Parts: sequence; structure tokens; C-alpha cells
Amino acid sequence: MANVETKPVVHDEDLLIEEYGYDDHFHEHHHGDKYQSNFITTYIFSQDHKMIAKQFLITGMFWAIIGAAMSLIFRLQLGFPEENMAWIKPLLGKWITVNDAGIGSLAPEFYYALVTMHGTILVFFVLTAGLSGTFSNLLIPLQLGARDMASPFLNMLSYWFFFLSGMIMFLSLFLNTGPFSGGWTAYPPLSALPQASSGSGAGMTLWLLSLVFFVVSVLLGGINYITTVLNLRTKGMSMWRMPLTIWAFFVTAILGLLSFPVLVSAFLLVMFDRGLGTSFFLSEIFIGGQALDHVGGSPVLYQHLFWFLGHPEVYIIILPAMGLVSEVLSVHSRKPIFGYKAMVYSILAIGFLSFIVWAHHMFMSGVNPFISNFFVIFTLIIAVPSAVKVFNWIATLYGGNIRFTAASLFGIGFVSMFISGGLTGIFLGNSAIDIQLHDTYFVVAHFHIVMGVAAFFGMFAGIYNWYPKMFGRFMNETLGKIHFWGTIIGAYAVFWPMHYLGMAGVPRRYYRFDSFAAFGQFDAMNQFITIAAIVTFGFQLLFVINFFYSIWKGKKMTTRNPWGATTLEWTTPINPGHGNWDGKLPTVQRWAYDYGKDGKEFIPQIQPLGKDEKDGH
Amino acid sequence: MTALLATICLILIAIIVVQIGKVTELASKIRGEEEVQDQTNGRHANYSLLFMVLFLAATVVSALYYKNSMLWYGPNESASEHGSSLDSIFNITLFFTGIVFIITQILLFYFAWKYRGEQGKKALYMPHDNRLEVIWTVIPAVVMTFLVVGGLDAWNEVMADVDPNEEFIEIEGTGYQFAWHLRYPGPDGKLGARDYKMISATNPLGQVWEDEKNVDDFHPSEIYLPVGKKVRVRITARDVLHNFYLPHFRVKMDAVPGMPTYFVFTPKTTTEEYRQKLGALDLNGQPKYPEWHEPVDPTDPESPKKYESFDFELACAELCGSGHYAMRRVVKIVSEGEYQDWLNKQQSYYLSTIRGTEDDPNKDILFESEIKARRQEFNDNLEKALSAEEAAAKTLLLNHVNFETGSANLSKLSVYQLDNLADALNKYPNMAIEISGHTDNTGDPESNQQLSGQRAQKVKSYLVDKGIAEGRLTAVGYGSSRPVAGNDTEEGREQNRRTEFRITAQ
Repeated sequence: MANVETKPVVHDEDLLIEEYGYDDHFHEHHHGDKYQSNFITTYIFSQDHKMIAKQFLITGMFWAIIGAAMSLIFRLQLGFPEENMAWIKPLLGKWITVNDAGIGSLAPEFYYALVTMHGTILVFFVLTAGLSGTFSNLLIPLQLGARDMASPFLNMLSYWFFFLSGMIMFLSLFLNTGPFSGGWTAYPPLSALPQASSGSGAGMTLWLLSLVFFVVSVLLGGINYITTVLNLRTKGMSMWRMPLTIWAFFVTAILGLLSFPVLVSAFLLVMFDRGLGTSFFLSEIFIGGQALDHVGGSPVLYQHLFWFLGHPEVYIIILPAMGLVSEVLSVHSRKPIFGYKAMVYSILAIGFLSFIVWAHHMFMSGVNPFISNFFVIFTLIIAVPSAVKVFNWIATLYGGNIRFTAASLFGIGFVSMFISGGLTGIFLGNSAIDIQLHDTYFVVAHFHIVMGVAAFFGMFAGIYNWYPKMFGRFMNETLGKIHFWGTIIGAYAVFWPMHYLGMAGVPRRYYRFDSFAAFGQFDAMNQFITIAAIVTFGFQLLFVINFFYSIWKGKKMTTRNPWGATTLEWTTPINPGHGNWDGKLPTVQRWAYDYGKDGKEFIPQIQPLGKDEKDGH
Repeated sequence: MTALLATICLILIAIIVVQIGKVTELASKIRGEEEVQDQTNGRHANYSLLFMVLFLAATVVSALYYKNSMLWYGPNESASEHGSSLDSIFNITLFFTGIVFIITQILLFYFAWKYRGEQGKKALYMPHDNRLEVIWTVIPAVVMTFLVVGGLDAWNEVMADVDPNEEFIEIEGTGYQFAWHLRYPGPDGKLGARDYKMISATNPLGQVWEDEKNVDDFHPSEIYLPVGKKVRVRITARDVLHNFYLPHFRVKMDAVPGMPTYFVFTPKTTTEEYRQKLGALDLNGQPKYPEWHEPVDPTDPESPKKYESFDFELACAELCGSGHYAMRRVVKIVSEGEYQDWLNKQQSYYLSTIRGTEDDPNKDILFESEIKARRQEFNDNLEKALSAEEAAAKTLLLNHVNFETGSANLSKLSVYQLDNLADALNKYPNMAIEISGHTDNTGDPESNQQLSGQRAQKVKSYLVDKGIAEGRLTAVGYGSSRPVAGNDTEEGREQNRRTEFRITAQ
């Protein structure tokens, strides 16, 4: 009803909050907002978690476009190695070598630099900062009924360390010797020795520096998320009443806090090996016509340290997506999430197990084969909580009244991707099969589907669903749905065929395949993948256009709770100020998933329990 | 210009896209949001179902289309003994995960279609169901246990090192930027010691030449292995990480600088058998795998067919720098007989490249094997000369007898051949010889004459010291008067500087 806006509206939510809410005397402390008094403190050095969330999101989108564009360039090389690439020379400069016939081709060093940067950017900048940074910031205070993070200042620092980290990485793209090119895992000795690869010089120095700042950002954010979840839940919000999003962000933050410091220690030791002549990871090396003095170190030690972060990292990426999807599927199928407690326990189980499976990345790296036995067992145990989650999502749809929106479509797509990519993990986690599949395109297919595409789907579901909360407007639904169908078809077209490449034994990180008869028989498939990747990228541009267009021109939000959700973020004003709720803080009376209970469409968490009503599940 | 056109196109597309979005928003305003949402639900529910059908069909069809290039099947079955066990675990896993994949994808999209939203419809309130949840916790746990047990059983067997008492061939692969350097142990069956500080242009692996095990090691450019014999590959790296990857044999192991790794496998199919399998015909006489019957060079139909030139390959599977993608070596699996023939043709790297050069630390000693080989060679030549009829064949070169430059002092290693000669004189008590010294034509002819005489005399006195009767030995110096080659090249002159003996009685 368009004319509602003109009358002063009294919302039901406000009445409930006024009656049952908790008065924290928020507005007696300061009139006006001394933290957000001008443009700079509002939009740049903001301490408002909602603004910081948007900063993480838009920075993440910037990096996603760069990272994806890089993948297109190296996909062109893989699909069309003979094609003339001279047209892109104005952008890439000397990395395109033009021969006498005027045919330009991508230099192998730059191919490897692109692959490395694509991995680093997507894993850290987009799917860690852009996903967890955005939604932990946006939803933790809003869904818990908090005014802001426990420390808004550290929260601001968290973003700016991320920004600094990104700037350093961006600078490294313009180095004369090129950015780091030894793979996103940066295994020494390749990464430790400038004479081993042109990117291992200044490029690696900046890479290390950038990621150390990145870890600072993750830790500042993580401490804040954990503290906020533990201390700033509003009255009545017991742990067992928290939405699954919060559980996911909470466990994610704990994983990050425990694992990222180990990565920094590995980086520090690499720096020592590079600069101070130590031998943590180097031993008995003859390179560039010279025998180096380093003896006694072990490159395998670095791999242990790296994957002690690296494996939890993939859950740091996927858990927030799981949380977002659980929420979105429940809201849009108008049903409680199936098996709430099982979902929480499986998040906790996955979080715990993620710390004792790291060496499954190292079955073929020369570690004692006996040790691998344990890592196989723990790795395949993870399949159990993962399976529980999948079955629970499917059961959530069962008997629902599903509203098809861009958000719920991406939620469904996430489950499909997670199934497809998760099942291939059962092959790779079994060390016997990994002998053949390790470092082939099967691995590339597996992790892109299960933690690349799936995490993106979770992120898109989250963006389409909470966009109104962020900007007070909707993204265009039609474009969103086109975006969804284009992306799910495109992503499967890109990554599904890679399983076959991997089963044929084609190794990843190959600049071209024609040096080997065994790997060179898939030209048509590689061309297909490249074309599919370009088309899929085009659909992402659709999303970007939709995103920025809708900030200013999108359909306005006219009601506070457009999706009919139970959680607290939808009880705030349409455009919440700093502090989120105008008057009292809402108090929580029930769990987060009362959809369709007692014949009611949904019951918000602030609604007190009825007389004989029992809470929740 | 192209860039400009492309930009304009992109902008136009963006405008069109935004307009589409606007139109649908306007339409929903006119027709009422709820009604539009119902329609949307119906449409996208149908799309979901359609997507599910097409997606599952595409997965099955594409798998069938590519079946001939997958390593677990038909033409690409493992060529090693342990590989078959890995292949079967892969297929068992594929079976279980395939079932789960199809069921869950169907349920997911079917439920999405079936439970599409409609105004006024009520959703089922079903927050949990303990029985269901137990079922779908226990079933995956049981299947996982099954897969883990099978997998680990195979893993521990495949990764076990050799028993030192069993028979196996040990070879070595060393990765460096950007190739593999191969080493075989030679007849002694043992690889010699290495020290990375010894690596140089002439010693690419840093072999320690003082270690006698290195003497017979050879460095082939291809891996040759006999079918059915257990092979232990010692895998090392010289600079950065590499990975020793034999896709057809299911062999893969990182090469780590400073930490040798290994992989044990037994080839079970020869290259020739594998080629025949790829080129096989079906019952109707048609190629079973037509793609292998295409010519190697697509522009030349007369070039050999792909299956005829097939070879097993060694690749690198750990990113090692800009040349990572081209570290290829050919692997040939042959019969035991062919393998022995090949072995016999291989030359020791040390003996062919290092022995006697500046880089040889063993210049002053002869190895037991060399002493033996030289004695054998000497005796063979002597026997031939003794049984020969013509006079010319009665003269033998003492090719390992050398003197210090310009003097008649015997070099240290000359004594071995002289001892052989002494032994022969003892063995044939009737034999008498004339020992002759020769020089090239450089320098003063008179002093050459004198020096050659002194050198022959030196040999004679050595033999006398060894107990040979003086009467059986004559020593003559011929100077440069009897060249066996031209004196205008250094090579020729070297041949002319020599010590010989002629059998004068036997």
C-alpha cells in the first residue's frame, strides 16, 4: 500500500520492544552521534558495524572482479594457447610477448603469477574478508540485539588493515619482476629463493607483507565477533536461541583466531630464510649454478604450518555461507530449519575436525605414509556432519511453502553445489585414491565447486536477502534470478568437465598441455571451459550492475520485515542509525525459527511465548 | 576502435538489462505483488525441475562421452600392479557417491518444485525428527567406515617400502628446473653417494666419485624397466619441490630438496602391449577406441597412428616455476630380454665422462673392476696374438703403460699392465718378446731415440725385477721412426707415443 508511508506508522515491533524491551539508556549517553558526525567518520573511518560491513562487501567485490578477470586471462591461455593475445598487450605490457609474426602470447611467468594471484585474492580477500567480514559485521550485532560490536574501534581497524593489505597486494601487481608466482600456497624453496622464479623476489616480499596485515585484520575482526557473541547478546538471547548464522560466524571466528597465527609464524620463518640466512625450510639446494649454504631445514615443515591454517581456512570460508543459507532457506520456505541442534552440533564438529585433518593436503609430499592413516580417518569423518547438514537443508524444503527469490534460489543452488563438490572430497580424502588425483584438475574441480562456487552462492544468497537491511532498497529480483540461472549453469559448465580432466590425470598449474601426449587430448574441452567461464563472468557483471544501480534506484523498502523473518535485524527501523534500535533494545522470548507454528505464518523472536506454549524445537 | 565499440556494446547491454528489471518491477506493481510472487514461484519451480533433469542428463552423457580418456576404465587401465587396487577403490567410491549424488540432487530440486509457494498455503511445521536424523547420521558413517578401511588397506600396502632382502631394481629421479635427471645403479645394483656441494656442470647430481658404487651408475635419458619386476624409485630434487608423476602407473611423490623420498611399484604392462590395447579392434573389425587410430600429425594422414606411437610418460606434478609444464621423460616398459640388451648398451657416466679428466679425484688409482677388466682385455689380446699366423699380428700395444713427460719414469698406474705382462710370461715359459719404445716427431730426433730406448729398457728392468729371465726380453728404442698415425695432429702424435711388445718366440 503506497499511501501508508504518509501517515505516522506505529509498528507492531516497536510496541513489543517498548513493552518487553530492555532499556540500556542508550540515548541518554549522547545526543546526536559523536562517532558519525561528518562524512569521513560516517563513510570512511566509520565505527558503525553496518557501514564496516558494506566496506568489506564492496572491497570484496572489487577484488572478486580483479580475481575473476585474472582467471579469464589464464583461461584464454589454456583454452586457446595459439590464439593471438596481442590485443591485451596495452593492459598487460611486457607479460605478453609478441613474436616476429605479430602473434602475442602470455608469458609462462605471468601465467603462473595470474594463477597465484587468483588463488590468493579469491581465498583471502574475497571469500574470507568479503564473505565473513561482511556478514559477521552486519548480522552479529543486529541478530543478537546489540548496539554494535564489542569494540567498534578495533572493528574499524580490522577493515583498514584489510584495506592496507589489499593495497600492498595491488601494488605488487605492478612490480617490474611481477607479483608472486609460486602458487597461493607459497611452498618454499620456490617462494623462498628469488633465483628460483622472477615472482619470488620483490613480489613475494610484498605478498608476505600483505598477508601479515591481512591476518592482523582477521584477528581484530575475530576477537570482536567472539566477544560480541559471548557478551553482547540481548536479554533472553541464550546461545541456543541464536540463529544459525551467528553460530556459523562464531565458530568461524574461533577457527580464524586459532589458525591464522600459525600462518604468520610460517610467514615469519620464510622471511628469516629469505633475509637472514636461516634454514627453517631450506636444505641442500643447488640453484642458479650455485650450491647454497642452507642445510637441515625441511620444506615439509612449511607445508604443515601452512595447512594448519589452510584447512581450517576452507571452513572459515564455507561455514558463514552455510549459516547464511540455513537462514535463507528457512525464511523462504516458511519453515523452521530442520534439526536446529543437529545443525549447531555439526558446525561445532566440523570446526573441531577441521584442525586435525590438515595433512590430507600432504599425502604425496613425502610425509611418513603411516601418519596419513590418521588424517584419512579424520578427513572422512567430516563427511558425516557435512552429510547431516545437507540432509537437513533438503528436509527444510520438504513440506515448505517456498518463495522463489534470488536469495532462496542461490540457497538451493548452494546446496546443489555443496553436494557435488563435497562428494568429490570423499575421493580426495582417501589417500589411496589421492595418489592419482593429487594436484590434478580433479582437485581444481573439487575445491572450486565446494568452497569457491558454493561459498559465492552463500554470499549471493546473503546479499540478495539482506540487501534491504544494508541499503533500505531491494535489488532487482528479475535480474537476480537471471543472475542465478546463468551462474549455476555456467559454474557447472566450467567446473564439471574438470573432473574428467583430472580423472585422465591432467595436472593442475600447467601453462599448456601439449608437451604431453597423455594430457594434450582435451583441446575441445578446454575451449568449452574457457567460453563457459567468460559467459559466467558476464552474468556476474549483471550482478554488479544490479548491486550498484539498486543502491540509488532500487525499489524502496516500505515495510520493516519484507521476508516475514523472525530474527531481530528486521525489527530495526528501515534505515537503522548507529545503535540500531531507536529506543529500548529488543529482548528475545523464543528461538529463531518459529515459522508456521500453531498456524501462524511466523512469530518474531521478540514475541513472548503464549500461555502454554513451549519454546522451540 | 574495437575497444570503443566493445565499451559501447557493454553500456547498451547494461541499459537494456536495467530496463528489463524496471519493467518487471512496474508489472508487479500493477498486478499486485502477491499474485506476481505466485507466478514467479511456479515458473522458477518448473525451471528447477527442468534444470535438475538437464543437469543430471548432462553429467551422465558427458561421462559416457569421455569414458575412453578416464584413467580408470578400458584403454586407460593402470599399467602397474598396485594401480588396479586404487582403480577399484575409485570405482567403489564412485558407485556410492554417484548414488548419493543422484538421490540428493533429485530430492533437492524435486522438493523445490513440489513445495513451491502459493498464497494461502500453509507450510508444514517440522522442526526436527530424531529418527530421521539418526538414520542420516548412521548411514554416511557406515559407508565412510567401509571406504576408509578399504582405502587404508590399499594405501599401506602401496606405500610400504621394499624389504631389503627381496629382489628389486632401484632407480633414481632427480627434479631440477626444468627437467628430470635419471640415474640407474649399473651392474652393482647400488646407487652411489651424493653431496649437493659437489654439483657442477660435469657432475649434475653431485655424485661423490670416491664412492665406488658411483663408478658404474649411468644416466639414461629415458626410463627403461622390465615388466613384472619390482621397482623402487628414489626421488630427489636439486633446487625446489618437484613431483615424480607417472600417470599410467598411479605413481606420484614429491621430490624434496634435502629429503629423498621413494615410491615402489611393479609395471605390469609393456609399452607394446599397451599400444596393442589402444589399437585393438572390436568384433566387427572396427577400432575399439577410434581416437587412438587418428594420425599423430593431423595434417598428414600417412603419419603413424596415435596408438602406434604411444609412450608412457613421466611428468612433474608440483609447481616448480615457469617451466613446470614441460618436464617430460619417456618411460618404456619392455621384456626382461630387451631390458638386458638396453642395460648392456648403457655407459657408466663416470667412466665415459669423468674418468681420467681434471674432475676425476681417482686419477691415481684403479678400481678393482678396472684392474679386472684390463687384465681380461690384455689376456684376450695376447691369446689372439699367440694364435695368429701373420707376423704383423704378433705386435701388441701396452696401452696403459705411460711415462712422465720427457722422462723414463713409469707412471703409477702402468704397473698393472706390466704385471699382466709378467703373469703372461710366467704362464708361457717359452715366450720371448721384444719391447719397443716409440715417440712422436716433435723435438730433437736424437734425444727422442734415446728416450724411447730408455723407456723400453725401463719396462724390461721392471719385468726382470718381477723374476722374468733377462734372456727372454729385448728392449729397443725406435724414436719416431715407426709412426702408426700422422704426426700432424695432436691425436696422431698421441697414438705414436707408445710402448709395444712383439712376440718373438712362443
